[in-house]
Amino acid sequence: MTWVTKTLNSTLGRKLIMALTGLFLILFLTGHVSGNLLLFKGDGGQAFNMYAKFMTTNPAVKLLSYLTYISVIGHIIYSILLTRHNASARPVSYSTSKGGTNSSWNSRNMGILGTIILIFLVVHLQGFWAEMHWGEVPTISYDGENYKNLYLIVSEAFKQEWLVALYVAAMIFLGFHLSHGFSSAFQTLGLSHKKYSPAIEWIGRIYCVIVPATFASMPLYIYFSSL
Amino acid sequence: MKLTLKIWRQKNAADKGGFVTYVAEHVSKDMSFLEMLDVLNDQLTEKGEDPVHFDHDCREGICGMCSLYINGKPHGPLQTTTCQLHMRSFSDGETITIEPWRAKAFPVVKDLVVNRSAFDRIIQAGGYVSVNTGGVPDANEIPIPKTVADLAMDAAQCIGCGACVAACKNASAMLFTSAKVSQLALLPQGQVERKTRAEKMVAQMDAEGFGACTNTGACEAECPKGISITNIARMNREYFSAVVSSENM
Amino acid sequence: MILDSKIPAGPLAEKWTKHKFSSKLVNPANKRKYEVIVVGTGLAGASAAASLAELGYNVKAFCFQDSPRRAHSIAAQGGINAAKNYQNDGDSIYRLFYDTIKGGDYRAREGNVYRLAEVSVKIIDQCVAQGVPFAREYGGLLANRSFGGAQVSRTFYARGQTGQQLLLGAYSALSRQVANGKVKLFPRTEMMDLVVIDGQAKGIVTRNLITGAIETHAAHAVLLCTGGYGNVFFLSTNAMGSNVTAAWRAHKRGALFANPCFTQIHPTCIPVSGDHQSKLTLMSESLRNDGRVWVPATQEIAEKLRKGQIKANDIKEEDRDYFLERKYPSFGNLVPRDVASRNAKYVCDEGRGVNETGEAVFLDFRDAIKRDTRKIIEQKYGNLFDMYKQITGEDPYETPMMIYPAVHYTMGGLWVDYNLMTTVPGLYALGEANFSEHGANRLGASALMQGLADGYFVIPYTVGDYLAQLAPTKVDENHPEFARAKEEVEQGIEQLLKINGTKPVDYFHKRLGKIMWDKCGMARTEPGLKEAKAEIQALKKEFWSNVKVLGTNEELNQTLEKANRVADFLELGELMVDDALNRNESCGGHFREEYQTPDGEALRDDENYAYVAAWKYRGEGKEEELVKEELVFENVKLTQRSYK
Repeated sequence: MTWVTKTLNSTLGRKLIMALTGLFLILFLTGHVSGNLLLFKGDGGQAFNMYAKFMTTNPAVKLLSYLTYISVIGHIIYSILLTRHNASARPVSYSTSKGGTNSSWNSRNMGILGTIILIFLVVHLQGFWAEMHWGEVPTISYDGENYKNLYLIVSEAFKQEWLVALYVAAMIFLGFHLSHGFSSAFQTLGLSHKKYSPAIEWIGRIYCVIVPATFASMPLYIYFSSL
Repeated sequence: MKLTLKIWRQKNAADKGGFVTYVAEHVSKDMSFLEMLDVLNDQLTEKGEDPVHFDHDCREGICGMCSLYINGKPHGPLQTTTCQLHMRSFSDGETITIEPWRAKAFPVVKDLVVNRSAFDRIIQAGGYVSVNTGGVPDANEIPIPKTVADLAMDAAQCIGCGACVAACKNASAMLFTSAKVSQLALLPQGQVERKTRAEKMVAQMDAEGFGACTNTGACEAECPKGISITNIARMNREYFSAVVSSENM
Repeated sequence: MILDSKIPAGPLAEKWTKHKFSSKLVNPANKRKYEVIVVGTGLAGASAAASLAELGYNVKAFCFQDSPRRAHSIAAQGGINAAKNYQNDGDSIYRLFYDTIKGGDYRAREGNVYRLAEVSVKIIDQCVAQGVPFAREYGGLLANRSFGGAQVSRTFYARGQTGQQLLLGAYSALSRQVANGKVKLFPRTEMMDLVVIDGQAKGIVTRNLITGAIETHAAHAVLLCTGGYGNVFFLSTNAMGSNVTAAWRAHKRGALFANPCFTQIHPTCIPVSGDHQSKLTLMSESLRNDGRVWVPATQEIAEKLRKGQIKANDIKEEDRDYFLERKYPSFGNLVPRDVASRNAKYVCDEGRGVNETGEAVFLDFRDAIKRDTRKIIEQKYGNLFDMYKQITGEDPYETPMMIYPAVHYTMGGLWVDYNLMTTVPGLYALGEANFSEHGANRLGASALMQGLADGYFVIPYTVGDYLAQLAPTKVDENHPEFARAKEEVEQGIEQLLKINGTKPVDYFHKRLGKIMWDKCGMARTEPGLKEAKAEIQALKKEFWSNVKVLGTNEELNQTLEKANRVADFLELGELMVDDALNRNESCGGHFREEYQTPDGEALRDDENYAYVAAWKYRGEGKEEELVKEELVFENVKLTQRSYK
């Protein structure tokens, strides 16, 4: 084993990967949510469709998207590795355990939250991302140029109550996941200092509410404007 | 007070073990938790039953030998050691569940006694400054800012009881390991071996089979000496910077 | 038998230097051919094991705890003395030497004590180099405080956990040698006997506390660093496992036991709360700087208090007896440990004790809080007040604390010469396990100093001097003495398991403790001691016919461990009483009521008792033989202390 593989196989190395991929996904979410704000523009989806095309064709964005795929996959694989390792560290469990008195529920259940988010992700990717890449999306033309009308797919999809409910619920879980994950990533990277850590925690608390709430407002907005 | 005690009994490491229920009568609220068990043991002995085995020594909260997972928490309901827990923290008629520390790296020896020598091996991996006796400079030749000395002392207070491992849902020993890494990383005396120490101690911690930290903070909340998880962050920092810059392959 | 202390001749300040020079050295290449056994891993044991391993010897280190880090040195709170004179307040090696000799009531050797003071300065250097986080000033240099009434600030400390930090320092040095393969560690292993071949210590017999296996270990030298025997009193501030077994079994194999009756009683401990009490907790002596000690002026008021009819705060000022301030106007509440302890006993004996058991006095901070504000008192004693509240459930800011003396330290121990060697060649005793440096009374913050001095700076020289005289050949573990000692240990255990009586071990231990506390504790009388002797003998008989030890040897059996230890305490208790009876004087921790000044102070008899009383074991049921080592004072003048 080289020092690199040795490090990446250590508990700290694995945590490092979780933290780095997690932080990258937080960045991704920030970009994703900002771009999707175009859904609220009220221009029949023109800006959103143009943005969608830019996002699928721009080479720089492409590179970023590959990083995102790697992050998602890395985050998942390493969480499985860590969870299995952690489970093996306590082969006999306690008959009574009051974890609630010394730690928050979400900090102890990141795996469950993550799994729920993963299930959501599959539905989400299948519905939009796969459609956009390989599906038969009707086109629309602005100023003589053709665009895939992703907006149409989105606005049609979110007329279904169950899907809206699923998205809102998933965002609540995402919020909980982020509420621990945000500051936890900094702690893992060793970025802890009494001057800055309170700010990180504060930002994390705001982030884990604002971003999922904004995401959740999109299907709700579309659903209610379609009534 | 009258209490029902649900205690883990296990004859030896190979035995499967299980809970046995005892009734403790005439428990005084001034008794310490271990004294309550002493009384139970004397009663068991007189009846000809094997007394409950548990680790304990100084009974003043500093040696770190006592353990016990009481009612779902290491060292019981207060943030202290079991020997400093008194029966006034319980109420008449209560059922108390007593289990050993649970971790692969802390195998049960008998009843409530576990083997914590994994901690010794983590220290042996590098939890020291390599100076021989004699031939050291005068103590005042190494000035250390008071704030740094205080931080080092905060970390150095660890008593090695293992409550952090017991409390952690992953049975992780990062609080224990990081307390020693931190103490020596903060002090000028620890600088020479700083990188190697972080690498070796983390490697040993992993080799012992402890879990990984998921930053739940349970260890800090249960540590009888209030060791902070900022030490874990410091250890992470030390480790990452060590692996990328040390000469060790 | 003549005891040779081997104190080198010459001026006091040159003795140690000369001695080191005249000691024989072991060739560096030969060191790895010698094995040394170290029993106990407290300050003395861990520091000795680490230092000897660093030199190249092969060391086996044993402790009964699950880790060397748990040895009871860890519980020392206050600090460690060293004659550094960093504070420029007039301290010197000679002053530390003088204070220690005087504090020990002139019952220690000048040569040993001077050496202790001399090496004290190196201990601090060593510990700092190891990374011990001593308290510091803002400028980054080491902080000191004055301790136990010393006139100079020479005590180094790490919050209230100095013992812990020093032990963890020594433990880290030991761990390093374990990693280097020079020390082999045997945790959860108890020494059961000493193996003596042709008059020399050649190994030990141990019991593996997990499997019960009785094993032998051979070595060229054996170091006992096994601490004190305060647990003979059942209740003491010692750890539950602290015991005399290793020292006592060595005693029975020929090592003389010196001054066993010298025990130190600490005045500020949390009182006993009931029959269930298993140990006592010490609270720092510093509390007496601000707290006022008192009991009710009359028995009647005390009676009401004990029955809970009135509370401490209900008692009017004129009904309070601040007995220390009354009897010792100039020192008041700050009289030395033994004086404070004895007076607390007297007022409780008069029926004026203040808790349910009648054995407690108040330590009141009401006036201090009024004078300095609660905030100041909180800053000074906050952690102690919290600890008190946690244990007793009472808030000392609101109601006076209750305190009572408890056994804390034993000055007596195995007799050793200047080399720390016992009367059995090759067997050494270090730290609290030996008798040497503290005389009849130990000063505060000196126990840590002695343990580390012995382990780091004395034994590495003196053990070499002995080993250099032995051939560097392996000790033969097949020698019949090993098998014989092992068999005797097995028989002893078998005998204990066979009794199958009706009473648990603690029943006997508690009774022994009560006899010792009542009759060989803070104040002793000839008739009381004679009664105690008879009672202990009877108790011993009863123990061997009616103790109930369940289970087998071949398992973790904590009852068996305890029974083995209590069996030895029963024998030691009798010797303590003999020693106390023999010493017809009062000095330091030994107070015979027959020998006191008209003011009630300890009255020494330097004419007849300026000697070390070393006792020689002569066999089961036989009286031990007293061997005297006369103490010679060439540098200090013997004076009587007074605290009026």
